[in-house]
Amino acid sequence: MVPEAYYTGLSAILFSIGVVGVLVRRNPLVIFMSIELMLNAANLALVAFGTRFGGADAQVLVFFVMTVAAAEVAVGLAIIVAIFRLRRRLSVDDLSLMRW
Amino acid sequence: MEQVTFFAVAILAVVSALALVLRRNPIHGALFLVVNLGCVAVLYLLLGAEFLALAQVIIYAGAVMVLFVFAIMVLIPGKEETGPDPLRSQRLLAVPLGALLLLETILVLRSQVVSGGLARLPGFQPWARSPAALPAVRPGGIESVGRLLLGEYLFAFEVTSVLLLAALVGVLTLAKRKAG
Repeated sequence: MVPEAYYTGLSAILFSIGVVGVLVRRNPLVIFMSIELMLNAANLALVAFGTRFGGADAQVLVFFVMTVAAAEVAVGLAIIVAIFRLRRRLSVDDLSLMRW
Repeated sequence: MEQVTFFAVAILAVVSALALVLRRNPIHGALFLVVNLGCVAVLYLLLGAEFLALAQVIIYAGAVMVLFVFAIMVLIPGKEETGPDPLRSQRLLAVPLGALLLLETILVLRSQVVSGGLARLPGFQPWARSPAALPAVRPGGIESVGRLLLGEYLFAFEVTSVLLLAALVGVLTLAKRKAG
């Protein structure tokens, strides 16, 4: 049996890598994938905590997080494609204005 | 055994996450993210959350990552498959590896584990079992997830479908080209 702390530790490592990815990369697609990495790390921690109590409530919550993440990916990618059509470039440094 | 699996999968997960952040090519990053999501699915299995492991593979590694790869391919045009093959040696390995996989599948299917073991599982012959023979509900297992999802959390479950519909309509509005 692997202790629960190992899972939460791994989750913390993955989350931190995701944060670094958001901070250092300029391609919005890679930033978006790093956000997915962070969501996954949070899900892993949730399931690990949920096993302590023996119920399935945490798994249901993670299932809802997955659904919301899927919707978020669809909308986010549509926004990125719309921005790309307008600018013909993919770099978040160009997107400093709230309007164009 | 469980510890060995955990550490192997954990190291693979961290390495693939680092590769996602460090690789320059977004396509490579997307493929490494698929590896990472698969690793997390294995960890869910270790934690006894079978339903989530399957949902992770189908929703994340399947649907979401296909969407990502699709967007990357649309936005960043790649090179066409022409000229000399840079991965020729790897490609020559493909046929023996495929044959090996076929052999392995046949061996597993012929072994006692599958043919002898499956028949002894309680759920293998659903027409032959009585309600008394059903296994007890394991807390945290797939059956308790189903009961919670369609029982206590039914309202949230239905609201999720409205959310997905809203996302669908929103994406269509955003991605549609302006007419004229």
